[in-house]
Amino acid sequence: MIWTGILILFCLIGVYAYYRQLSKGLVVTNMRDYVSWGIYISNFVFFVAISLVGSLITAIFRLANIHWSTPLTRIAEIIAVSAITFASIIIIVDMGRPERLVNLVAHGRLQSPITWDVIVIGTYFFISLLLLYIPMLPDLKILNEQKNIKPGWIKRGYKFWGGFWKGTKEQSKISRRSIIILSIMIIPVAFCIHTVTSWLFATTYRPGWDSTNFGAYFVSGAFLVGAGAVIIAMYVFRKYYHLEKYITEKHFDRMGKALVLLAFLYLYFNINEYLVPAFKMKKPEEAHLTQLFAGEFAPLFWFAIIVGMVIPVIVLLFKKGRKPLPMFVIGIMVVVGAWFKRYLIVTPTLLHPFLPMQDVPQSYKHYFPSWEEWAIAIGTLAGALLIITIFVRLFPIIPIQETITEQNEKNEGK
Amino acid sequence: MSCNCNKGECNGGNSRREFLLTGLMAGIALAGCGDKKTPFKTEGDVALTGEKVKLLSVDGEVIEVDRAYLKPVPDLPTLSNSEERKGIAGKKFVMVIDLARCKNLKKCQSACNHMHYVHPGQSWIKVYSMKDSEHSAPYWQPTTCMHCDEPPCVKVCPVDATFKRQDGIVSIDSNRCIGCRFCMAACPYSTRVFNWEEPELPEEIADQHYSCETSIPQKKGTVGKCDFCPDMVRKGELPHCVSACPNGVFMFGDMNEDSVTNGAETFRFSELIKDKSGYRLMEDLGTKPSVYYLPPVHRNFPYESGIENQQPQDLHHH
Repeated sequence: MIWTGILILFCLIGVYAYYRQLSKGLVVTNMRDYVSWGIYISNFVFFVAISLVGSLITAIFRLANIHWSTPLTRIAEIIAVSAITFASIIIIVDMGRPERLVNLVAHGRLQSPITWDVIVIGTYFFISLLLLYIPMLPDLKILNEQKNIKPGWIKRGYKFWGGFWKGTKEQSKISRRSIIILSIMIIPVAFCIHTVTSWLFATTYRPGWDSTNFGAYFVSGAFLVGAGAVIIAMYVFRKYYHLEKYITEKHFDRMGKALVLLAFLYLYFNINEYLVPAFKMKKPEEAHLTQLFAGEFAPLFWFAIIVGMVIPVIVLLFKKGRKPLPMFVIGIMVVVGAWFKRYLIVTPTLLHPFLPMQDVPQSYKHYFPSWEEWAIAIGTLAGALLIITIFVRLFPIIPIQETITEQNEKNEGK
Repeated sequence: MSCNCNKGECNGGNSRREFLLTGLMAGIALAGCGDKKTPFKTEGDVALTGEKVKLLSVDGEVIEVDRAYLKPVPDLPTLSNSEERKGIAGKKFVMVIDLARCKNLKKCQSACNHMHYVHPGQSWIKVYSMKDSEHSAPYWQPTTCMHCDEPPCVKVCPVDATFKRQDGIVSIDSNRCIGCRFCMAACPYSTRVFNWEEPELPEEIADQHYSCETSIPQKKGTVGKCDFCPDMVRKGELPHCVSACPNGVFMFGDMNEDSVTNGAETFRFSELIKDKSGYRLMEDLGTKPSVYYLPPVHRNFPYESGIENQQPQDLHHH
């Protein structure tokens, strides 16, 4: 209850900050003509990144016939759905004229990467929602059969959403087929959402963004932060709802190994992204890179690399590191590192334009988010956690039916 | 008064155009009485003065109207939005900036800011203190919007709020802009500014009908930039920066006519560019700007003469 209260409080502060922004304009932020995209956009990229884990755990693992992850699918999907919801919200917050959102349809132009992003993110949202909902139908039946559910509106809700599900052979067949189709569909769409999001930057000329590496770099980073988020959720739900039977140490061990792989992958793309331009040190890149490696942004840069990637790899290579508690800490390190990494991708580039920053007020040459920006960014993060929290209170976070079926199959196999 | 004000007729007639427009506006004013915004009363409420005024109707007939019906119509646009988006037929505007003549007086900047009511602190024209390499000499470089033929800003705009016109001008429709600022990230010349707050405008400007050609009044939450002053060009005048510069740094003209002028002197564009080795900024990006620069050689003024106009921290960049 305290947890929910705190989340709601943060959301309300965010709403108030947004009210101020709506009435006064984006001037309440510390964005200006050079840094025209700030933490709203990096927060957006973070949300899109984290949402990718839904496709990793439910789709890629499912199609690869990896069964140990079944109890984690719902955690992954609800993270995906809530993250993508708040990705959309924060992008609207960033708009100077949110009331003109309809122009995207009324005057939409297909050659703009923003249009592509709207299309693929919309598609991803609905596929994720279906991948959350359809596998839950048998569980809703189980819930409907429970007698002691109170209050009544929850019971009516279960009936409304899952009352038609009788679990007949025909229904199961349709559901199984739809899940397979959706699992296949979501993989290209998932790659698209983050590749297209990376293109919002890579389609410009600016040093730090003008990179052919960006799509793969973003996707690999997204899988890493998503896996980190799932690990945190696994730990919290396991502890809070006593799910030790379903989310076992084996799950942590395997997620730990997966995280090592993903962190290595992301490190690989980071090396490509930074060291290859650094080898050449072209003039426009030079100012940007030296600021990252040894200048104003160096502490944050090395924090994101070392805490967000290097230390997790080192710790998780040891069996002891893959126990629940150290995994939880590593998960937090990965996610926090990833948030700042997104900031480092967006803002320093904007402070290194081709023409020098001259003939503007001094405040235009630096960027530190205003309290309104922090409040709104934190509010959206709290909002995403709130959706997950409410969902977990209302629905089983471990897929009951799927887990039972799988255990039966395993027993029969023995 | 009969008024067949469809667009075809409005476009026709050059010498009679303004006279026709006056008649037309009076007509629209009467026809548009249903619109709450028009400050005109219905026909019945007008107290006739008895004094008749001769007008030329759009049909070419001379008609008489009571003086009471004649009111100035400041709020009505003279051009439709689609005409503003199309641009002026047969023109291809070009600008030449002669760096040898610039001494950082910034008259261009102040005239532009003043005429477009640009937010204090922001400018559509910037004058950079440039120094290309360690041993080369510093010089002053004014920049406008480059009005690229391959404009990166137009490519990324999701709603066609910034667009390329047939006369080469890259323009903004502030009534359509959603304020996503992708164009600002895309522009390699950092030429775009954003209205972070409600612009401070005199009342009569704020009440004006917005036009993509005058770019006023600027709107909160939308992007603005140099527009090559197509409203001035339509009037047969030069953009504000060109006429404000006492040193004739800016030359403006039409590529199809192959001539550019700073008001005092007129040059054949192709010859000027050839003779003085004109170049464009960041040619390697492939944006194909419409603004050409003449290199800062045989200068009229030493670089130092402009230092007092620059903030000290903005000097000597390379």
